[in-house]
This record gives sequence, C-alpha cells and structure tokens, in this order.
Amino acid sequence: MDLEFVKELNTLIVKINCELDHHTSDSLRRKVDSEIQRYMPRNVVFDFEGVRFMDSSGIGMVMGRYKNIKRYEGKAVMASLRPEIKRIFEMSGITKIIPQFTNVAKALESMQGGKKDAI
Amino acid sequence: MQYDNEMRLEFLSKSSNEAFARVAVAAFASQLDPTIEEIADIKTAVSEAVTNSIIHGYEENLGIVKIFAGIKDNAVDIEISDKGKGIDNLEEAMQPLYTSKPDMERSGMGFTIMENFMDKLEVQSIPGEGTRIIMKKVILSKKLTP
Repeated sequence: MDLEFVKELNTLIVKINCELDHHTSDSLRRKVDSEIQRYMPRNVVFDFEGVRFMDSSGIGMVMGRYKNIKRYEGKAVMASLRPEIKRIFEMSGITKIIPQFTNVAKALESMQGGKKDAI
Repeated sequence: MQYDNEMRLEFLSKSSNEAFARVAVAAFASQLDPTIEEIADIKTAVSEAVTNSIIHGYEENLGIVKIFAGIKDNAVDIEISDKGKGIDNLEEAMQPLYTSKPDMERSGMGFTIMENFMDKLEVQSIPGEGTRIIMKKVILSKKLTP
C-alpha cells in the first residue's frame, strides 16, 4: 500500500509508503484529496516514516494539500522525516508554515493542544 | 576529458522512468564508495533534471532523454539532455520558487536543489532545440589510492 489513512479525532494521518517523485505524486495527490473530501478532517499529519526518497515534487504535494485544509482553518504538519528529506523541505521554506515533528505522536500532540492521544 | 569509466542511458520521457534513471546513475556512482548522503544528493539531482525534461522539455509528449555519466578520480560528471522545447528565460527558470507550471503543483525548487546538492551545475538550453544539464559531484569519502 502506497498510502494509508488513519483518523485520530479530527485529524487525518496520511502515511506515505513509497518514493515521492513526479510519477508517484500525481496519484497520491488524487487519493489524499478524495480522502480529505470524504472525512473533512480539521488537520492533516503527513507521516514520512515510509518515504525513502523524495524530490521537489513532494514539496508541491504537501503544499497543495495544505492550501486545501487551510481554507477550513485547519493545520497541516509533517512527521518522521529522514534528514535528506527534511533538508529539501527546509530549503523551500515551507517548514515555516508546515512544521516538522520527530514522530506522529508529537505531531498530534502539537495539534490537540498538548493532549496526548494514543496512536 | 578522458574518464576512468563512462556510461550512457537513453529512455523515453515517461514519468515511470524517473526512478529508473536516478537509481541507475546512483548505482554507477556507487563505485566511488559514496556515503548514503552523497548517494541521496545524486539521486535527487538526477530526479529533478529528468523530471524537468519530461514535464517542461517534452511537456509530457514522448521524446528521448539521454544521460551520460563519467567518473574521473573521485568525481562523477553527469549530463542529462533532451531535445524538447528548451528554456526561454534561463535566469527566471533558475530562480528559487519560480515555476512555469504552478497548476501542476510544481514547487519551482528543481534547479535550487540541483545547485545545492551537487558541486557544479551548468545549464545549456536553446529554445526549440533542447536542454542539457551538466552536473558534477565530488565524492569526499573516496580514498584516493596512492
């Protein structure tokens, strides 16, 4: 499975389990958008633990979903990024609006106002 | 330039070849014993250049993308070329966050990533004829034989 969805309270966790390039990001984008449409979550966490490679296509994928969720005052964050992927996001400057966390638990904590949810 | 080793690749400008191209170049460069980070740098830069050829050069029509890689001492030279539409305004294209295709959710970070991850980047482009990207990566971990 390239993509797994977990719903945690009002947050949709999008677990990406494939390389993220121009080829894969097209179909990922469609699947994530339709899941957001279906669940209407307030916030989205992108879990990058299963992403071994990413190029600049990943920036566009995350940024596009952020723009959608922002319309409903929601937040988007990223979790569990490898150092080389972290560096690509930092270079683009989007980490200022879409923060990065070391793991999904910490990402959820940041959005639930410090309340820790079991995952 | 006399290289110690060379390789050439030619493939159709299909997005499914992006992964093939970066893995092939990284595998060729691995004979220099690069670190995991150096390999990631090469894979990312190649992926950006090949994606540019497919999306911008050929605008998702079919064409041929060519890759040459040559090893000399502890460095690998990589050339990626297409016979696509070329780049009209190179200065603009190379600016961070500039993209001619925002509707496709392109971030405009391709050239910035190539510049940052590689030790040299040169872009030759003739509108209507095509684009050639020339990059060099010095593998610091490679111990030079005495």
